[in-house]
Amino acid sequence: MLAFIIRRLLQAIVVMLTVALIAFTLFRFVGDPVNMMVGIETTAEERAQLRQDLGLNDPIVIQFARFVGNSARLNFGNSYQFKTPVIDLIADRFPATMELAFASALLSLLVGIPMGVYTALHRRSWLSNIFLAASLIGISLPTFLIGILLIFLFPVTLGILPSFGRGEVVRIGFWTTGLLTASGLKALVLPAITLGLFQMTLIMRLVRGEMLEVLRTDYIKFARARGLTDRAVNFGHALKNTLVPVMTIAGLQLGSIIAFALITESVFQWPGMGLLFLKAVQNVDIPIMSAYLLLVAFIFVTINLIVDLLYAVVDPRIRIDARPA
Amino acid sequence: MTPVLSVRNLKVEFPTRRGVLTAIDDVSFDIAPGEVLGVVGESGAGKSITGTAVIGLIEPPGRIAGGEVLLRGQRIDNLPPEQMRKIRGKRIGMVFQDPLTSLNPLYRIGYQLVETIRTHSSLSESAARKKALSLLEEVGIPAPDTRIDAYPHQFSGGMRQRVVLALALAAEPELVIADEPTTALDVSVQAQIIALLKRLCAQHGAAVMLITHDMGVIAETADRVAVMYAGRIAEIGPVREVIKAPLHPYTKGLMGSIPSLAHDSDRLVQIPGSMPRLTAIPSGCPFHPRCPRAFVPCPTFRPELQPEQSSQVACWLYHPFPVTAAAL
Repeated sequence: MLAFIIRRLLQAIVVMLTVALIAFTLFRFVGDPVNMMVGIETTAEERAQLRQDLGLNDPIVIQFARFVGNSARLNFGNSYQFKTPVIDLIADRFPATMELAFASALLSLLVGIPMGVYTALHRRSWLSNIFLAASLIGISLPTFLIGILLIFLFPVTLGILPSFGRGEVVRIGFWTTGLLTASGLKALVLPAITLGLFQMTLIMRLVRGEMLEVLRTDYIKFARARGLTDRAVNFGHALKNTLVPVMTIAGLQLGSIIAFALITESVFQWPGMGLLFLKAVQNVDIPIMSAYLLLVAFIFVTINLIVDLLYAVVDPRIRIDARPA
Repeated sequence: MTPVLSVRNLKVEFPTRRGVLTAIDDVSFDIAPGEVLGVVGESGAGKSITGTAVIGLIEPPGRIAGGEVLLRGQRIDNLPPEQMRKIRGKRIGMVFQDPLTSLNPLYRIGYQLVETIRTHSSLSESAARKKALSLLEEVGIPAPDTRIDAYPHQFSGGMRQRVVLALALAAEPELVIADEPTTALDVSVQAQIIALLKRLCAQHGAAVMLITHDMGVIAETADRVAVMYAGRIAEIGPVREVIKAPLHPYTKGLMGSIPSLAHDSDRLVQIPGSMPRLTAIPSGCPFHPRCPRAFVPCPTFRPELQPEQSSQVACWLYHPFPVTAAAL
């Protein structure tokens, strides 16, 4: 098991270095960093001095090593727009994105899995057909359109729930949370639904497909032949086997929820990293872009690692130390 | 004595888009207490579906369209699902073909045993575990007290089939339906499993419905044998008679196609053609297009099972052709 974890960690490091290389290339070669930082009236000497101070005259390899070293210490340099350290800007918005992402992920799992199980167990019922038809909408409507429709329906037409912002937040250490105030929770509802709807329908269809497959297996047939109750067969034997592949997808989806929250964040003006990133793109604020890239890659890699470990917990066949006797 | 299992005129249908397929048509047989009934036939003859119908696990949209299934004289084919569930495992055990896929890979075998035992009895967790241990011991798992906490993938195929047998026998059923229990196993292990099945069922007093296409297994194990063809029973009788002196031309062909060292024949007998599809079962006797001895009534009139010597056979060669029908 330990060898397994170490191997996965090494792989994760390789992935991170690759992403770092891309982020570094972005920083170093998309435009001249010196030109981005200084004003028009800066003299050539001052520019040369800055170039020397930033180490841009050093060999590329050393520059990359320095970039990796700095990034590992969370030093991503200063934002071109705000002239403040990028890490502070991100730390400020990180909790907002994470709360939104986890709320959507939770919503999509808590609703998607039961719906998937229901549609698999009651294949021909009218409710299953409604779920399946509704899931088509969730899969095919683009996120921003869902967001706008929800805004039109709830805040505009019905006058309930806020249409933008995060509501009141409470600061706990470095983390700001909107989960402890009524207005914060209200503000979370629409963005979370918008962001989670696609994942929810995806998970529902995935669970349904897997469950139907599992229900056809011999061990389910044998479990029925042993006279186990429907409950034990469906939820004890079938569901557990269904969730093994669902776990992987759900994990990967959590990564993409975080990464692609930017559309939802921009529709709802949610003060998260996505919104920060969008503004950075508009203003060619490269330090923010490369830091965001690294952060998202790090989240993906971490989630993958956790999913792999969970896999081993759930499925004994994957445990490395459990060899057939 | 009441037979453990009585199947009366059983008919199983599968509605499809292109019409209703009749997989089992008018099948009747009895299994006496402690008896081993072998059911043989080519693939698609309806052997497995008969077993599945008895235990009430026909997958919808398939359904029992006629006839009855009686367990110790009590009708079970029309029981409500919950009552039928209580019979499964408790009074009728079932063993499937592939031991590699019959066990849930995510649960320890001890859990699966305890779960089955506790579903059918009021034993406590620890008492059920004790029983599970003794069952594993009985089916010949070495060191059961450590192996009980192993996962299915940690067992070989033969060992897994032993676990499956332990599971099927966990609640002391009166009848065990074994659906090709050795087909997926190595030849060297097959004999062990068959011997074990026979010994266990004898010890527990369970009757056996042994579904297989292996005549060797039948010859060694069964008391009586039913030969199925195209969803019907062609011949049923004591195993010795059916093997030594088969009556139905199909059984004759089946026996002739088995290689034997005892008598020297140059070539094995082949039955020409293949089993009809369910969509195109011939009229009259379903075997008549392949039958070397088919005559006037065979394509038109369906033969019923009739006693002949100590067996029963469904063939016009053995019972008088009805005069009224001849007039047609």
